[in-house]
Amino acid sequence: MREVAVVSSAIHQVEALTFTTDVQLMVPLINEARSAVGLTQADIGFTCSGSSDFLAGQGFSFVQTLDAVGAFPPISESHVEMDGAFALYEAWVKLQIGEIDTALVYCYGKSSPGSRRDVLAVQMDPYTVAPLWPDAHAVAAIQARLLLESGAVSAERLAEIAVRSQHHAVGNPNALRASADATVASVLSEAMVSDPLRPSDIAAESDGGCVVVLAAGDRARSLCERPAWIRGIDHRIDAHALGVRDLTRAPSAALAALKAGAPDDHLDIAEMHSPTTSQEHILATELGLGPDTVVNPSGGALAADTLMAAGLVRIAEAARRISNGEADRALAHATSGPCLQQNLVCVMEGQ
Amino acid sequence: MGSERTAVLGVGQTHYRSTRGDVSMAGLVREAAMRALADAGLEWSDIDAVVIGKAPDFFEGVMMPELYLADALGCVGKPILRVHTAGSVGGSTALVATSLIQGRIHRRVLTLGFEKQSESNATWALSLPQPFSVSINAGAGGYFSPIIRQYMARSGAPELVGCMVAFKDRQHALSNPYAHLRQHDLTFEQVVEAPMLWDPIRFSETCPSSDGACAMVLGDEAAGDASPRPVAWVHGTAMRSEANNFPGRDEVSPQASRDCAADVFRQAGITDPRREIDVVEMYVPFSWFEPIWLESLGFAERDQGWRMVEEGATRLEGGDLPVNCSGGVLSSNPIGASGMIRFAEAALQVRAMAGDHQVDGARVALGHAYGGGAQYFAMWVVGADKP
Repeated sequence: MREVAVVSSAIHQVEALTFTTDVQLMVPLINEARSAVGLTQADIGFTCSGSSDFLAGQGFSFVQTLDAVGAFPPISESHVEMDGAFALYEAWVKLQIGEIDTALVYCYGKSSPGSRRDVLAVQMDPYTVAPLWPDAHAVAAIQARLLLESGAVSAERLAEIAVRSQHHAVGNPNALRASADATVASVLSEAMVSDPLRPSDIAAESDGGCVVVLAAGDRARSLCERPAWIRGIDHRIDAHALGVRDLTRAPSAALAALKAGAPDDHLDIAEMHSPTTSQEHILATELGLGPDTVVNPSGGALAADTLMAAGLVRIAEAARRISNGEADRALAHATSGPCLQQNLVCVMEGQ
Repeated sequence: MGSERTAVLGVGQTHYRSTRGDVSMAGLVREAAMRALADAGLEWSDIDAVVIGKAPDFFEGVMMPELYLADALGCVGKPILRVHTAGSVGGSTALVATSLIQGRIHRRVLTLGFEKQSESNATWALSLPQPFSVSINAGAGGYFSPIIRQYMARSGAPELVGCMVAFKDRQHALSNPYAHLRQHDLTFEQVVEAPMLWDPIRFSETCPSSDGACAMVLGDEAAGDASPRPVAWVHGTAMRSEANNFPGRDEVSPQASRDCAADVFRQAGITDPRREIDVVEMYVPFSWFEPIWLESLGFAERDQGWRMVEEGATRLEGGDLPVNCSGGVLSSNPIGASGMIRFAEAALQVRAMAGDHQVDGARVALGHAYGGGAQYFAMWVVGADKP
């Protein structure tokens, strides 16, 4: 495997970008990430982005966002209709081939103009499930209910996850839900959104974007004092139909973690993309996290969940903590699809 | 170390029709995938990963349909990537799959492009009103007709060159059992007399709206060597994109197109494409894009591409550079698959497996796709010989 590292990143997440176009959002973010390591677009070997036409309300929406990159002279470029973490995976693959040394990855999502829980219903089987318009919170609640009734976790434990996220999010400028005063009792006193999920069990919806610059080998060392080296990255998918899965498990997450080498050594931190507290509990089990791994030091996706970007934000947050010396070995995770159907794991190290 | 050699082990296509009401989306993609596996002599368990591409999700009304299609594509427990790069997506998808082999991530990858346009309405899907911008509501033809007019003005091409391309591709389609439009009784006069949609584009010079899927199985060098059937070796791959709108942009022959062609030919060691390439599958959704791309790709001098059409150089029968022997996008257009069909048909030609539309002795072929406002380009050169 060729050595590839995260050398720079930029994140912006807010509640709603009502009067901001995707281009206006991404121009400053892309400039921030590139200029932090002294690169211009001419220095970038490959560019890859992730976004969703369904959020933009427009087919080929990413075409316009290309304007934020400055794509002339023409660039070598691709786009995935996936979270930016998967765009990073594609760029990492290109770097493995060895003909380029740098890559720019960006992604963005703006779900505030619509009702996210309804929009996600059209991700379900279009013939048998989507016509029933199962909203995303209700689908996640089925999973949470199964988890609680299996005895694997208690409502109090889920509340603890929510509280920890809110505490960690204090001081994160990109977090929407942060509170030093949150307690298990205060969370448990909240009214249900979709029984058994309370507001604090469900990720705070945000609009935003994220940019990451990747570099290989000596190029990474020359650009960054302490690059976050990608030691393993893998992604897997489970079946789609909810009825054929054990919803208290996420085998694709466990397999991706294994293939990415996560269990090989101690993890200082783990940034997980968990849209609900119940899903975070499932992921912690599947990813094999030990008691001394700090989980979601940024507050995680519960504190701010930008569709199509939350996964890449996790990689950026974990990489920052490696580059600033807080962590030596970190796991970052991204998910997609209902009930943790698809999962990506990226393991990074400072040495 | 260099990149791993990559081979096309198998190709599978569905029949392209305006409505494939007999199958779901899952049934459609599975049909193409199983044909590709059968062609490669492989099983689902031989596949390490899947790379799928399609055009906007609004075309079927399903957000990220690859999630729902994971089961049908046999990739439970495997990696799946979903590519979306405008009209070039089918080509880009094949190139992402190729990179997984070239980078030695996987040994055998299934790649597939599809569109089931009958599930929705493409004109609606492309005309959603947007805040902060004015929709021209002109469709793709309305966008490209001024570019074609510019080409006609600067090249001095005779008015009926576009009709010649359309007639040629529809005749080629008669030799392709998968083609959507198979107009046995079509005459050149009917092509010329068809209604004008977006002057100078006649109805007869546009692509149809199709349901369909196209799949390929790609493998590494060892898999290529072990294949029971002839394989196509990848000699070069390139993608380029450029911004849509800025002063001085050459919209007829965008620099991204020229850069992409230069890159892919450099990798394949091609210095004289007209002489060294035996057959081309290029993305021609409106007839006039054949002479336009012939020039941009370097098969003809600037402003001279139309002469190749007029001389019959791009015909399957008797041409020295047959273009779109499958009938091309003008005869079948399941948008998300259209680019991959070009790449797959190029592979079939150098495998000598193109059936009735085979070019005798084809050894080197170009697969080409473009998208957006002629901004996104994906190309590969495949050959019968190992590079």
